[in-house]
Amino acid sequence: MNKWMPKNALISAMTLSLALAGGLAAGSAQAKTFKWASAGEISTWDIHSQNNALQNGLHAAVYESLVYYNSRTFKIEPMLATSWSLVTPSQLRINLRKGVKFHDGSDFTADDAVFSLNRAMAKTSNFSPYVVGFDRIVKVDAHTVDIITKGPNPVLLRQMTELRMMSKAWAEKNNSVEPKDLKNVAQETFANRNAMGTGPFVLKQWVPDQKMVFDKNPNWWGKMEGNVTEIVYTPIKSEATRIAALLSGEVDLVLDPSPQDLPRLRSNNNLRVIDGVENRTIFLGMDQHREELPGSNVKGKNPLKDVNVRKALYQAIDINTINRVTMRGLSEPTGALVASQVDGWTETVNKRFPYSVDDAKKLLTQAGYPNGFEVDFACPNNRYINDEEICQAITAMWAKVGVKAKLRTLPLVTYFPMIQRYEASIYMLGWGVPTFDALYSLQSLTRTVGTGGDGNYNVGRYTNTRMDYIVDRIKTEVDFPVRNRLMTEGLQLASDTVSHIPLHNQVIPWAMKKNIDLVHRADNRIDWRLIKVN
Amino acid sequence: MLAFVLQRLIQAVVVMITVCFIAFLLFQYVGDPVVFLLGQDATPAQINELRRDLGLDQPFFVQFWHFLSNAVQGEFGLSLRQGAKVSRLIAERLPATLELALVAATLALVIGIPMGVYAALRRGTWASQLLMTVSLLGVSLPTFLIGILLILVFAVLLGWFPSFGRGDVVQMGWWSTGLLTTKGWQHITLPAITLAIFQLTLIMRLVRAEMLEVLRTDYIKFARARGLSNRTIHFGHALKNTLVPVLTITGLQLGGLIAFAIITETVFQWPGMGLLFIQAVTFADIPVMAAYLCLIALIFVAINLVVDLLYFAVDPRLRVGKVGGH
Repeated sequence: MNKWMPKNALISAMTLSLALAGGLAAGSAQAKTFKWASAGEISTWDIHSQNNALQNGLHAAVYESLVYYNSRTFKIEPMLATSWSLVTPSQLRINLRKGVKFHDGSDFTADDAVFSLNRAMAKTSNFSPYVVGFDRIVKVDAHTVDIITKGPNPVLLRQMTELRMMSKAWAEKNNSVEPKDLKNVAQETFANRNAMGTGPFVLKQWVPDQKMVFDKNPNWWGKMEGNVTEIVYTPIKSEATRIAALLSGEVDLVLDPSPQDLPRLRSNNNLRVIDGVENRTIFLGMDQHREELPGSNVKGKNPLKDVNVRKALYQAIDINTINRVTMRGLSEPTGALVASQVDGWTETVNKRFPYSVDDAKKLLTQAGYPNGFEVDFACPNNRYINDEEICQAITAMWAKVGVKAKLRTLPLVTYFPMIQRYEASIYMLGWGVPTFDALYSLQSLTRTVGTGGDGNYNVGRYTNTRMDYIVDRIKTEVDFPVRNRLMTEGLQLASDTVSHIPLHNQVIPWAMKKNIDLVHRADNRIDWRLIKVN
Repeated sequence: MLAFVLQRLIQAVVVMITVCFIAFLLFQYVGDPVVFLLGQDATPAQINELRRDLGLDQPFFVQFWHFLSNAVQGEFGLSLRQGAKVSRLIAERLPATLELALVAATLALVIGIPMGVYAALRRGTWASQLLMTVSLLGVSLPTFLIGILLILVFAVLLGWFPSFGRGDVVQMGWWSTGLLTTKGWQHITLPAITLAIFQLTLIMRLVRAEMLEVLRTDYIKFARARGLSNRTIHFGHALKNTLVPVLTITGLQLGGLIAFAIITETVFQWPGMGLLFIQAVTFADIPVMAAYLCLIALIFVAINLVVDLLYFAVDPRLRVGKVGGH
C-alpha cells in the first residue's frame, strides 16, 4: 500500500479502525488489495477519446454505462438504466436509476445522461461505432431520457454497453465538455488525466507506465459480490518481467501471459491458469476485386476471384496442426466468421471444410492451376497471438499444394494502413465483436464497400448481392427470430462462397494466484465487482 | 578562447539540426498515426480532414520547418496517442531516467575503479584473472539478458528485490525522486546494476590497462628510487594519472547510459523516457519520438561540449597550438 498519497478520508478511517480491531476482526472484512498487470498502458482517461479494448475495460470500473453485459451470461443487464421500452420503433425510452451519486457526491440525472451521449456523438469522439444511427437525445424528465434513432435499430442496447456516463457539471467546470481536440495542440483536457464517474471504484492515482490505483467506492449504488477494497493496475511491457512479478508475488494476476510460459505456470502449485475463449475470430481475407494481383505469376486475371481457388486454399490448411503446434492449444478452430457467443452463430455455420491436400489439388486443377501459382501474403507480426508464426505455418501448408505464398510480415502501425489501401492480395485479420451480434462482422467484413461502416474492413472487396441484401435487412430488422435467421444465413453464405478463410477464435489464458477468484469474460475484461481475494 | 567556444557551439548546432532532420525523415516511414487516432471506422473524408488539421498533408520540408521552429521554443505539440503535452510527458519521465543513469554511473565508478586497480597491481594472481574473465562476461552479455537473470535470481528465487517499477516517489517541485524512500532504493537496485554492469566492466578494464601503462613510466621508477612507499606510489601518483582518460570516457558514457537505458527501462518497467519512447514507436506517436531523439542528441552534444571545454582548460597544449604552434 502506498503511504505517500492522501487517502480517501472514509477509507482511511475504515482501515484505521480495522487495524485497531486487528486481532478480533481478522478474516472477512479486512482491506483486500488486488494487483494485476498486462502489457499495455492506456493512453487517456477521457471516456470518448479513444476506442481501445483494455482502456474501455478500465474505464468501465469508474464510469458506468446505462446497460452492460452480465459477466457470466453475457446478456444485457441494467446498470444506470433500470428499464427501457420502445415508444416507437425509433424511439427508446430509458428510465434512469434514482439515487445514484457521482464520486464527488453529486446526483446522476437525465442531464448527465443527455450530456454524455451527446459527448459520445461529438466530432472529436472516437466512439462513432457505438452511436451509429443515433439521431438525437431528448430529456423527458429528471430521470427519463429518449434516444431517437434514424430508424429501427435492433442493436441499440448493445451499442449502449460502451457508452459511459460522465457528470455534466464536472466536465463543464473542468474544460472537458468535448473529447480531446486534436486540432487544439496547445491545450490538454482535464478529463484526459482525471476521472470522476459513478462506478464501483474511484480512480485515486494514475502515474503513466507505473501504476493506477483505485479505491472501492463506499457509496456505490450496487451490491459488490467480491471483497476487494483496493485495486492496483500496473502495465509491465516485458513478458518475462510480467511473469516474474507474478511468480514473486508482486502481482496477483497477469492478463496476458505468453504462450511459452503457460506449461510452467500451469504446473506451479501456487498459481492457477484459466482459459477463456475470446470473441475474436482470426481469419484470412483475399483480394476479390483487382483484375490482376501484383506479385503473382498469373497474368491478366486474379485467381482469388475463383471460388474453387479460395476453397482450395482453405482446405489446404491443417487447422488442427496450427492449433496443436503453433498455438499450443490456445485456439478454438472455427468455420464461422464469429465466435459462439455471438448472435447468429450456429453449430452448422461453424463447420469447417475438411482439411484435404487431395481435394485442394483437385480444386486447383479444376480452376486451371494444376501446378499452383505465386501470390503475395501479408501478415501483422505484433497484433494477434502468434500471428507471424501462424502465417509461416500456412505458407508451408500451401506449398504442399503448389501455391507459393510470398509472406511479408509487418508491424501493426504499417500493416493496417497498407491493407486499408487495398494493397494486400491475401491478408490476416482478427475481428472482435463488442456488440455480440453478427451484424457487426457481416457489415464490416462482407458487405460491399460503401458508406456508414459498410464494408469498412472488407479490404479484399468481396461482393455478393444476396449478402448486401441480408446486411441491409438485419440493420433495421427488429423482429429478433427473423433477424437471427438472417444473420445465420449471412454467415452460411460467407462460408459457402469462401468470402474469407476462418482460422480460429483466440483463447485467452489468465494466470493468477490460487487465492484469487474471478470470472473470465469473453471480452477479456476483468469484472472488478466479482473479484474475491481469499 | 571565445573563437574556440563559438566554433564548438556552431558545430553543436549543426549536429542537432542534422539529428533532428534524420529523425524526422525516418518518421515518415514508421506508419500512419491517423489510423490510430480515428479508429477502425473512420471514413476517408474524416481521415483527410484530420491529416489536414495535423499538417500531415504538407510537403516534407514545410512539416520539418514547423517542427524545427517549434522545437527551438521547447514546444513539441501534443502526443498523438495520449493527448498530453509532449514537453510535460518528457519532463515527467526525465527524473526517472536521470536518477537511474546517475546511480548506475556511480556504481560503475565506485566498484569499477578499485577492481581495475586491484587487477593491475595483483596481475597474474588467480583473483585478478577471475575478475578479468568475469568482466569479459559483463561486456559481452546483452543488457536484457542480465536484467532477466537478475530478476529471476533476486526477485523470483530469493525475493530480495522487486522486479519492476520505481516504488514510492517523493515530489520535489516538478522533480520526482525515488532516492528518498527505502522502497525507491529497493526498486532502483536491480535496474541500476543491470545498466551499470557494462560500464563497470569497461571502466575496470580501462583502469587496469591505463594503470599498467603508467606503472611502467619513468616517473614511477623515480618515485620508487626515492624510496616512497608502494601505497603512495600506487594511489598518489599512478592512480591520479590513470584517472584522466577514465573520467573522460565516463563522462561520454553518461550520455550513452541515458540513451541506452531504453532496454533496461523496458525490462524493469522503469517509467523513464526510454519506456515512453518505446511506446511512442508502437503507436507511431511522432511528436514524442521526435522530442525524445532531439533531447538525447542535445544531451550528447552538451556533454561533448563540456568535455571539449574541460580539455581546453586542462591541457595547455591545446591553447599553445592555437596561438602559433611549435
